[in-house]
Amino acid sequence: MKFGFSREQEEFRSNLRRFLAERSPPSEVRRLMETEAGWEREGWRRANAALGLTALRIPEAHGGQGFGFGELCIVLEEMGRVLLCAPYFATAVLATGAILNAGTEEQKRALLPGIASGETVATLAFAEDAGRWDAAATTLAATPAGGGRWRLDGHKSFVLDGHTADLIVVLARGPGSAGEEGLSLFTVPGDAPGLERRPLRTIDMTRKLARLTFRGVEAAPLGAPGGAAAPFARTMLEAAVCLANEMVGGAERLREDALAYAKMRVQFGRPVASFQSMKHKAADMLVDVELAKAAAYYAAAALDEDDAELPAIASLAKACAADAYMQTAIHAIQIHGGIGFTWDNDTHLWFRRAKGSEVLFGDAHHHRELMMRHWAA
Amino acid sequence: MDEAAVRAEVRAWLEAHWDPERGLVAWRHMLAESGWGVPHWPREWYGRDLPVGLVPVVEEEFRRIGAVGVAKAGIRMLAAATILAHGTRLHKERFLRRILTGEDTWCQLFSEPGSGSDVAAAVTRAEFRGNRWVINGQKVWTTSAHHADWGLLLARTDWDRPKHKGLSFFIIDMRQPGVEARPLRQMNGYASFNQVFLTDAEVPPEFLVGEVGEGWAVATTTLMHERRGADALRSWALGSDRPGRIYEEERAEIATVMEPYRWYPQRAGRVDLVMERARAAGRLGDPVLRQEIAKLLTLSRAAEWLARRARTAQEQGRPQGPEGSLGKLVASHVARAAARVHTQIAGADALLSGEDGPMGGLIAEILLSVPATSIAGGTDEIQRNIIAERVLRMPKEPNPDADRPFREVPRNAVS
Ligand SMILES: Cc1cc2nc3c(=O)[nH]c(=O)nc-3n(C[C@H](O)[C@H](O)[C@H](O)COP(=O)(O)OP(=O)(O)OC[C@H]3O[C@@H](n4cnc5c(N)ncnc54)[C@H](O)[C@@H]3O)c2cc1C
Repeated sequence: MKFGFSREQEEFRSNLRRFLAERSPPSEVRRLMETEAGWEREGWRRANAALGLTALRIPEAHGGQGFGFGELCIVLEEMGRVLLCAPYFATAVLATGAILNAGTEEQKRALLPGIASGETVATLAFAEDAGRWDAAATTLAATPAGGGRWRLDGHKSFVLDGHTADLIVVLARGPGSAGEEGLSLFTVPGDAPGLERRPLRTIDMTRKLARLTFRGVEAAPLGAPGGAAAPFARTMLEAAVCLANEMVGGAERLREDALAYAKMRVQFGRPVASFQSMKHKAADMLVDVELAKAAAYYAAAALDEDDAELPAIASLAKACAADAYMQTAIHAIQIHGGIGFTWDNDTHLWFRRAKGSEVLFGDAHHHRELMMRHWAA
Repeated sequence: MDEAAVRAEVRAWLEAHWDPERGLVAWRHMLAESGWGVPHWPREWYGRDLPVGLVPVVEEEFRRIGAVGVAKAGIRMLAAATILAHGTRLHKERFLRRILTGEDTWCQLFSEPGSGSDVAAAVTRAEFRGNRWVINGQKVWTTSAHHADWGLLLARTDWDRPKHKGLSFFIIDMRQPGVEARPLRQMNGYASFNQVFLTDAEVPPEFLVGEVGEGWAVATTTLMHERRGADALRSWALGSDRPGRIYEEERAEIATVMEPYRWYPQRAGRVDLVMERARAAGRLGDPVLRQEIAKLLTLSRAAEWLARRARTAQEQGRPQGPEGSLGKLVASHVARAAARVHTQIAGADALLSGEDGPMGGLIAEILLSVPATSIAGGTDEIQRNIIAERVLRMPKEPNPDADRPFREVPRNAVS
């Protein structure tokens, strides 16, 4: 397997890092996280257009650039590094993934160009109040309404950018079905009649979630009705790998900032970084973050190559990143001392992201179990 | 006096005097006079000279009948312990009773922008001018300074002596024009600590505690009590929802002067909620979760017993073993483990906060408050150093500043 970044990729990363550092300093993150939407359409459209970010992995035939997960994961890592407040994960990972994995050619032609150009902000609504991330837990009901149209009734929760997306891909269950059978994906416009969207209060204020209520909402099928289980499962693998890459970006940033602070802060007449316990903590953080990076990068390559072990590798990467990010966040606050516990210090913004990402799409226990299901089968 | 006798006596006294329709302050005056509010304190000062080990017996009887105790939470008990150990008769007369009744609120003015772990490097200046001490400088992370009537102040009185020898300890009136407290917001959204600016603030000479230049020894007493008490934080500011005037007044106290401590039980991890949360989530059968809960309960129960061993040693007049110094560090371990388990139980709901979050946001508050435990009152790293150097007698870090005049010691540029 090709595993390692090319010169072009490294260049892409460093350009992106510069761009994002300028565009998304902590002051901007704090401004946006206090808004209900969590991002701004104009600003996001311009940024996206400048770099073609949502087009990145959409095939050229559908208005995209045709890159793979290697490139997409670079973008996510860099966005995680700066806590970019934008509907990127929802649009470029979840909705794009669902459409690419489930949609017919015609549906792709209809939906993807708008996403690629940045006109359409999209998301995927799958989990519900029960907070389970597996398709089998789906209860939202889809009933045929004639003429190839369907009606949706029920609710979804934990929907990334669900209250602001223009297009919502919805996982729903056909009449009389159970488990992984009878599941279908649908598309619904964000302003569809009968759809009620409520933003949720989140620990991680930089990533907005919503609860959606569907009351007889008219929906168009995406892919073959009843056949959503496999494309959805694939989309979740992609989501786990992409989130792992986003997380290691944040973890690395925390690690670097904490180390810089320790070198600057003087106690007992010397920089606190000169205390051996601080050095050991810093070294442990490096080990944690580098291991998680290795796993995340490998998993991205495994996605591009459709590796046979992919289900286990994706979960491994997510679990590893979750533990590393949370541990790094705990250390980072500790290294800052009292100031690390304040609102005005930026460390808690990443701590919150680490906590949210830890459980998003399933916590480390959940993913370790999935890993074992694959490897111990 | 043995346990049964103490139990009988306190029970009889409570049955004769406890009345939930009494006023809170009036009741606490009765506790101060009877000695049952702080039975391990000296008889001369509102106590009964009971061994510390019997205090839980008295507390149990209070709980049994639902009686409210003396005001205990906050810095007040650190102030009381410091005054009992180092204060003059005047300090004791003036302050102890109002500490117990809750009429006065206290804060601890130790940490500064440039000195937290190295608190002996304080640069707030105290100068004797005419007939009073004049204080100039800045303190930080001062919990409840915005409510406080009095502060425990560590300030530098001599810059030519080594850092530990140039400090003095004062009781400062927080309600004077030279003292300005500006709340600082914390990562959990509360604003219970403050920046405190001292500009020509005044302290009368009789409010010096200990001798001039011996402030470090006094501060060490305060800090030792703070660290020993770390275990008690979990029950601070919980209050009772029972009907009755005294409970209402206690709830009002918790909502106002005790407000800075509202999140303190959450900061300790709320181990008490774990089992009920797991049951409510229908997860008690999950073998992975069961292991994690069992590990947490092992840690937290053993920590309680460790604290109890330390108290027992004290009661029997034996020197405390290492168990007395470990409690604060262990409290950090418990809090962090509890945050992990709460996350695991909450699952996806751990993403949510405020009214959308589990238990109306309480779980989110735990997750965002726990990081304070390993910082406040001396960081885990400092606790480990203390354990290694003082308990285990491992060689100390070289300390080139120990004998140098303080003015020559390198410090943070920003302070
Ligand atoms: C919720 C809360 C309430 C507080 N309330 C009060 C209060 O009421 N009054 C008050 O005076 N203070 C209060 N504090 C301050 C607290 O005591 C200090 O924050 C703490 O002592 C750490 O000091 P610092 O913040 O300056 O961190 P620093 O001392 O700068 O520490 C930074 C990092 O360096 C590490 N470090 C420092 N020295 C060493 C060493 N020798 N070896 C190894 N590692 C080291 C620390 O462990 C930490 O990880 C409060 C703090 C919090 C979080």
